[in-house]
Amino acid sequence: MSATATRIPVTETRGDQTDAADKAQDAETLLEIHDLEKRFSLSGDFLDQLRFKGGKLVRKQEHVHAINGVNLNINRSEALCVVGESGCGKSTVARTVMGLLSPSAGEIHYDGTRIDNLSSRQLLPFRKRMQMIFQNPYASLNPRMTIQQTLEEPLRLHHPDWNRQQVVEQVEQVMASVGIDPDWGKRFGHEFSGGQRQRIAIARALAVDPEFIVADEPISALDVSIQAQVLNLLMDARRERNLTYLFITHDLAVVEHFGTRVAVMYLGTVCEIADTATLFAKPRHPYTQALLSAIPRLEDDGPQHIRLEGEVPTPVNLPSGCVFHGRCPYANARCKQEVPVLQTQDDGVRVACHAVEEGRL
Amino acid sequence: MALLEVNQLDVRFALRKGEVRALRDINFTLERGERLGIVGESGAGKSVAAFALLNLIAKPGFIAGGEVNFEGQTLNTMSERRLRKVRGNRISMIFQDPMMTLNPVLSIGEQMVESLKAHRRISTKRARAIALDKLQQVQIPSPETRLDQYPHELSGGMRQRIIIAIALLLDPDIIIADEPTTALDVTIQAEIMALLLNLCEQHNVGLILITHDLGVVSQVTQRMLVMYAGRVIEQGPTREIINDPQHPYTQGLINALPQMATPGEQLNQIRGSMPSLSNLPGGCAFHPRCDFIKRADGQTRPACVEQVPGFVTSGNCQVACHMVAEMQEDRRLKEEGQ
Repeated sequence: MSATATRIPVTETRGDQTDAADKAQDAETLLEIHDLEKRFSLSGDFLDQLRFKGGKLVRKQEHVHAINGVNLNINRSEALCVVGESGCGKSTVARTVMGLLSPSAGEIHYDGTRIDNLSSRQLLPFRKRMQMIFQNPYASLNPRMTIQQTLEEPLRLHHPDWNRQQVVEQVEQVMASVGIDPDWGKRFGHEFSGGQRQRIAIARALAVDPEFIVADEPISALDVSIQAQVLNLLMDARRERNLTYLFITHDLAVVEHFGTRVAVMYLGTVCEIADTATLFAKPRHPYTQALLSAIPRLEDDGPQHIRLEGEVPTPVNLPSGCVFHGRCPYANARCKQEVPVLQTQDDGVRVACHAVEEGRL
Repeated sequence: MALLEVNQLDVRFALRKGEVRALRDINFTLERGERLGIVGESGAGKSVAAFALLNLIAKPGFIAGGEVNFEGQTLNTMSERRLRKVRGNRISMIFQDPMMTLNPVLSIGEQMVESLKAHRRISTKRARAIALDKLQQVQIPSPETRLDQYPHELSGGMRQRIIIAIALLLDPDIIIADEPTTALDVTIQAEIMALLLNLCEQHNVGLILITHDLGVVSQVTQRMLVMYAGRVIEQGPTREIINDPQHPYTQGLINALPQMATPGEQLNQIRGSMPSLSNLPGGCAFHPRCDFIKRADGQTRPACVEQVPGFVTSGNCQVACHMVAEMQEDRRLKEEGQ
């Protein structure tokens, strides 16, 4: 593949667009998540759950507690990043918000309307406004569809009244905006490199002019030099289209660069929410502190990270009290019993930690 | 003489559509107890280089030329029988995915005893004692129980600790670690890297660390190689390269990191993507993506397009770039003129 193939969209008009995005910053809440819970059953269907125990037939159910009472607000035109290690429930939050999973408890409100209990027909107008970008562009593009077909499909679904000309024009325009040559429409997904595929996946999400994008680890599967290209593309799209992002990632360096606010998750709960600059300057929650200290930096300081005892516990049997207490250097008796709730600090940071609340930390 | 010396290593893959040159002109040395990083994007040839060191290239690949000298012995022409005494014993390897490396049907203890007994004539009891000691060294909680557990019972971080214990089992001189922490979470990655670094220092073991993560390389290694499209394009002391990269590709890689940019601003990106090895551009393989192929007068440097760059010395580093060579030449002429 020749290098001239990937054209980078030029953004000369960036200055005033940034201003526009900033002005919209103090706008209203776009998405609200209330006490969201999601459990996955491990025990199969009803008959699989039955066991003989001491001569009796008993029913035993086990669950993975993927999300346990998450509350999040996303304001219009902000980029909220959700970070955490594997298994902390960040992808489950993304999928539940998009309606790809239905919550076990809790509510999701989009622009004032509750959406988690709607039928798929009722959801259709919302689906046009919210789109998703997945982690692995090798799996998220249909291998039997050409790029043209891939990009036309969402338009045909959401704009059944458009004629062929309108659809083709929109596809061409969106392809140009993500830096893929519109002449490549006849090709199939497998003919492209990872970075180009991710551009196509982004084009598919942008095709219907959404206002809200959920991006689940969109650059984790890409090489370093390609990561920068795709991240720039996502940031340009945000400025130009005034998009709101829910950005899921495990990479804190990306969060620092991309996010306006950050929510740190651990074992299905949010332990800290803060503005990006505040979080990186002054992490409060002991887990956030450990997470930040673990980023390998280029500076010549050698690995100096905060050591955490043990490993993440299983989400099948959640620890009592604060889910982090088993690994926390500041845990006391209260942490083992009482579940901490998010509490707003003086500077607007919200932390769920007894030690912070009691001033022990 | 260095512990490990790689001279002009050349690896090719004989494919139906023709020969693909996966590695060419690889030269480096590793002293006893030294830590060397090999950095590059996927497809740059880092893993092939690691495999080639132990002559582990599988068909259709083959080592077409060059040599790997370990303590004066040439590994790539050695018989399999003698090579087996080096592999795992003097030079051991750690792979990326700990689940793929451990045998799922053998307990941890059985796997460790097996490799000890393959290389040394010792009793099972003695072997278990050594295994236990190594598990303690990698700070695994309750090591006695772990010996009788199976890989699926352990978490990813724990498995990678076991792999490190196995790599250390026979007190090797060199450990080759191929993306040892890529499959792990950040906090676990930090733990494992600190452990590996610590053990290498303690036992004076040489480490060849293969990774795409510049942060990890910068914290762990003393010298590094940067690879692009099957070649080394820059090599030298890690600090010098990280602080003052000479090759445009290395500069691009470092500048593309989010930590190098102001939050919210554009990241510096490298145009395009790495060419496929079967279809390399002529001249310098990086030239289609390079921002420096034009001279000050706006003319393209013909050498970049036509000629494969050789190494020039810059400080303590070796750089394969026509621009760097030309700038040095200009400087030399200027000094001579004065």
